[in-house]
Amino acid sequence: MSNRQALELIADLVPQGSRVLDLGCGDGALLALLRDRRGCRGYGVELDDAKVLAGVQRGVNVLQRNLEEGLSLFEDNSFDVVLQLDTLQNLRNTEDMLRETARVGRIGIVSFPNFAHWPNRLRVLQGRMPVTKVLPYQWYDTPNIRVGTFADFEILARKNGLHILDAFGLHEGEVVKHWPNLLASTAVFRFEHR
Amino acid sequence: MSMQGHVTPQKMHFSEALPLRSGATLRDYTLVYETYGRLNAERSNAVLVCHALNASHHVAGTHADNPKSVGWWDNLIGPGKPLDTDRFFVICINNPGSCFGSTGPMHVNPDTGRLYGSDFPVVTVEDWVNAQARVLDRLGIRQLAAVMGGSLGGMQALSWTLQHPERMRHALVIASAPSLSAQNIAFNEVARRAIVTDPDFHGGHFYAHGTVPKRGLRVARMIGHITYLSDDSMEAKFGRELRSAELAYSTQEIEFQIESYLRYQGDKFSEYFDANTYLLITRALDYFDPARAFGGDLSRALARAQAKFLVVSFTTDWRFSPARSREIVKGLLDNRLDVSYAEIDAPHGHDAFLLDDARYHGIVRACYDNIAREIGA
Repeated sequence: MSNRQALELIADLVPQGSRVLDLGCGDGALLALLRDRRGCRGYGVELDDAKVLAGVQRGVNVLQRNLEEGLSLFEDNSFDVVLQLDTLQNLRNTEDMLRETARVGRIGIVSFPNFAHWPNRLRVLQGRMPVTKVLPYQWYDTPNIRVGTFADFEILARKNGLHILDAFGLHEGEVVKHWPNLLASTAVFRFEHR
Repeated sequence: MSMQGHVTPQKMHFSEALPLRSGATLRDYTLVYETYGRLNAERSNAVLVCHALNASHHVAGTHADNPKSVGWWDNLIGPGKPLDTDRFFVICINNPGSCFGSTGPMHVNPDTGRLYGSDFPVVTVEDWVNAQARVLDRLGIRQLAAVMGGSLGGMQALSWTLQHPERMRHALVIASAPSLSAQNIAFNEVARRAIVTDPDFHGGHFYAHGTVPKRGLRVARMIGHITYLSDDSMEAKFGRELRSAELAYSTQEIEFQIESYLRYQGDKFSEYFDANTYLLITRALDYFDPARAFGGDLSRALARAQAKFLVVSFTTDWRFSPARSREIVKGLLDNRLDVSYAEIDAPHGHDAFLLDDARYHGIVRACYDNIAREIGA
């Protein structure tokens, strides 16, 4: 999700002037973009020392925390939008995290690598785990410990009472509207809790 | 080596009495302070640094008469350092009640003509902040670019944001806590009992007896020092290392290097630190609790704050643990204040805030770079 085009696509989903929380905010690029273009204020959460520093250097609010430890710092519905881009697949407690995301924000936006993207399917048919631009790791060293598909997320969201407002795929910075479970390397969902 | 060069302490006398939290007043007092860098024409680049328990106004540089007298935060403050004195005007004030030059227990009580001793009024973090604000008034500084402190100094920085929210833009609260825990107070109490029960203490009027309660001070420092270090760093530095090759099988002699180190620290401390000051400052630590007036609700207490915050903690600090810093962060988040928080994975315990760590100093530098941009320094 470091791709500039993808960042701007995501930023377009965030209403002007929103209070935002970016979980796994990386170097704070999206927060800075939301601040500068859309007048948003908020915080990022990041674990990595170098990324926390990069965020502070950009002048955005960064809180150094391990997301596995939950979101107890944040009150219910304290944000307009909670973003969780390209991090859900790295967390052990994916479902808890999704519930926490829904708890602290009115609207959630998540993105993650779509394991059902066709080159991944081909690779699995050949008997090997996929290694692609979006999933660049070998099976034995990947931080993506929760691989799922576009279709899988719809089921998990429904199970947790989340109402999906928007769902589309992304591939090489372009929106994929048709057959995203097959044609998109990244899945994006915008949802609210009922 | 300090890059700040020589610095000369200055004095400011106040004839107007300072009302204290306790209801007492401090009248006719003098504060000692040091400044570094230049105040700009707009008077917008001033940074107040608050000192902790054992430290003084001498935060950076060296005194001309003593090349070894490097300031206690010299690794962080100076030309080109994270708090860059080429861009900022830095002030550090010795708090009243201290023993490094500002009016304290070793000075004459104008009411009695005798040394204050234990009659020196109990001072709080809030009193110190008010005393510091008066120095800034005299220096013509209406608004500080930032207030920064570590440990007890961090409590002063936090208190500044509540007592004078409009007089500051940023607060840097490092290795601090919103109040002491029961365990913290317990350690303070052991230190105080060691001093007060020393036969040389004479109820705090030991100056008149020509004695110094050094035994009490030594033990106080030893116990304090244990709480500044992490288990791991003590293990790495000393382990079970012996002073001599053979065991002496003595209950009184030093056997282990850690004993030797603690005794050395205690001895050194008892030579220069005042016993009444130690009692006063540990009490100020105990009393600090801005949430108390709000039924223990820190979020409500912090509602007055307007500053942008940087909160830093160290993972192995068990004296003021990261959880205590996160309480501050939570209170700031509840008030929708700007805050960044760094939890530095350093092995050195509470002492880490005084040490040079690239991640820690990098964050502080980035914060001051942002402040400099904001004020055009």
